[in-house]
Amino acid sequence: MESIIEQIINGLRTGSIYALIALGYTMVYGIAKMINFAHGDIIMVGAYSLYVFISKLHIPVFFAVLLSILVCALLGIAMEKVAYKPLRNAPPLAVLITAIGMSFLLQSLALLIFKANPIPFKSIIKLAPVKVGSITIAGISIITFLVTTIIMLSLTLFIHYTRSGRAMRAVSEDREAAQLMGIDVNHTISMVFAIGSALGAVAGILYVCQYQTLQPTLGALPGIKAFVAAVFGGIGSVPGAMLGGILLGVIESISKAYISSELADAIVFGVLVLVLLLKPSGLLGKNRIEKV
Amino acid sequence: MALLDVKDLGISFGGLKAVEHVNLSIEKGELFGLIGPNGAGKTTVFNLLTGVYQPTCGTILLNGKKLEGKSPAEISRRGVARTFQNIRLFKRMTVLENVMVAFHNQVTYSLLDGMLHTKRYREAEKQVRRQAATILDVFGLEDEKDTLAVNLPYGKQRKLEIARALATSPQLLLLDEPAAGMNPNETKELMDTIQLVRKQYGTTILLIEHDMKLVSGICEKLLVLNFGTELASGVPEEVLKNPEVVTAYLGE
Repeated sequence: MESIIEQIINGLRTGSIYALIALGYTMVYGIAKMINFAHGDIIMVGAYSLYVFISKLHIPVFFAVLLSILVCALLGIAMEKVAYKPLRNAPPLAVLITAIGMSFLLQSLALLIFKANPIPFKSIIKLAPVKVGSITIAGISIITFLVTTIIMLSLTLFIHYTRSGRAMRAVSEDREAAQLMGIDVNHTISMVFAIGSALGAVAGILYVCQYQTLQPTLGALPGIKAFVAAVFGGIGSVPGAMLGGILLGVIESISKAYISSELADAIVFGVLVLVLLLKPSGLLGKNRIEKV
Repeated sequence: MALLDVKDLGISFGGLKAVEHVNLSIEKGELFGLIGPNGAGKTTVFNLLTGVYQPTCGTILLNGKKLEGKSPAEISRRGVARTFQNIRLFKRMTVLENVMVAFHNQVTYSLLDGMLHTKRYREAEKQVRRQAATILDVFGLEDEKDTLAVNLPYGKQRKLEIARALATSPQLLLLDEPAAGMNPNETKELMDTIQLVRKQYGTTILLIEHDMKLVSGICEKLLVLNFGTELASGVPEEVLKNPEVVTAYLGE
């Protein structure tokens, strides 16, 4: 009994990280109608930035975290301006290829600067594990839950109850009509890339604290899993990304513990296939009815 | 000085001249009708006025200031708002939110205020909510304020679109076939709403319409377009008697 609860807690922790990343995919998709395949590598940049700020520049942890988030947010804005904005009216395939190219670019740059050897990194989370009855919850799990919950709550409030949040939703529904309400579409899209990338940075920081090693390809796997999570929950839907990420983490963790760790990924993707067969738009996705 | 002054406006798509040599002068407070058969270029004129298309030639002056070359968002900020022929509400937002979006440039708190929910944020939001609710009141939509726009009946969606456009506090309101698809009762109600808007907000209105009864009933001046060019303009009684206009509408 204890062990299943511990597995669920592990799953929730990984799932929270997936959810943070999935939010980036889903928000960018919602507003720019594109899948930013370089989003996974933003996570890597976040992790490496933290490493540079802490281990190389010896900046206090709190500021190092803030700076890493800032680096990723700026990178997100720059990426959109340089690579995606010129393609806004281009066919989706061109945008897709560009995004994949962007992903390779970021990975290769990391490879050039930091080389291929994994760099060990000591977690910045020093919270002692907490015992609840016979269950032990690791410090990193507690921090991860706390951070993700706060982020998800604030993001939801932001999207629903602020001027910028409303502008984001309006642009994602009808870009032209939003423009005619006086909303600056470029500014709004930049903001979404900044927020998505900032969340990616947080995910990267939590991720590297969990696995404690850095590699240029570290963003690839969580990136692709989080993309699955976003599709699972319904791409374009913010609550969907949260739900999808967390469910994916739990399913993965339970499969690893009780079925087979080799088959865990296969099971995760199998569940995705099943969900998409039954509900093609994802768990919380909107069924698109095109009116002619 | 006229509120809107359009001179020799034209746009071509490739070799096709969609609109050519259009002149338009609208005084403040006027209700101006833009009519013409299908495909005459009426909506294209709206798209030119709102910056959705950039004109290939001609000038557009609002209060004597150039509008051509400006982005749609900038033109909206300068006081031109519009509705669409095929309704384009933010469907998955509530009725109230649709109107609140239109207050975008009148809300001044910063991103940080919004994130930290400061006092300035709370007060500004409260005010927007109140102003948006007031507009919904005028249009008789207050009971539906928490309904998703997509779930409103057709006639009310049309009204909401006008309400949303008005919320940007425009000097000039462009209505693209507001009575399209409405039954005679709804059309009558719409005419009353338009009159009410003029009285309450003093907004100048440029209206595209097919319904001749509506046009001649409420418009003070008309411009008739055919094949992208001006066919006639002036007061409704004269324009509608013009043999060329009659031919364009009814054929020889």
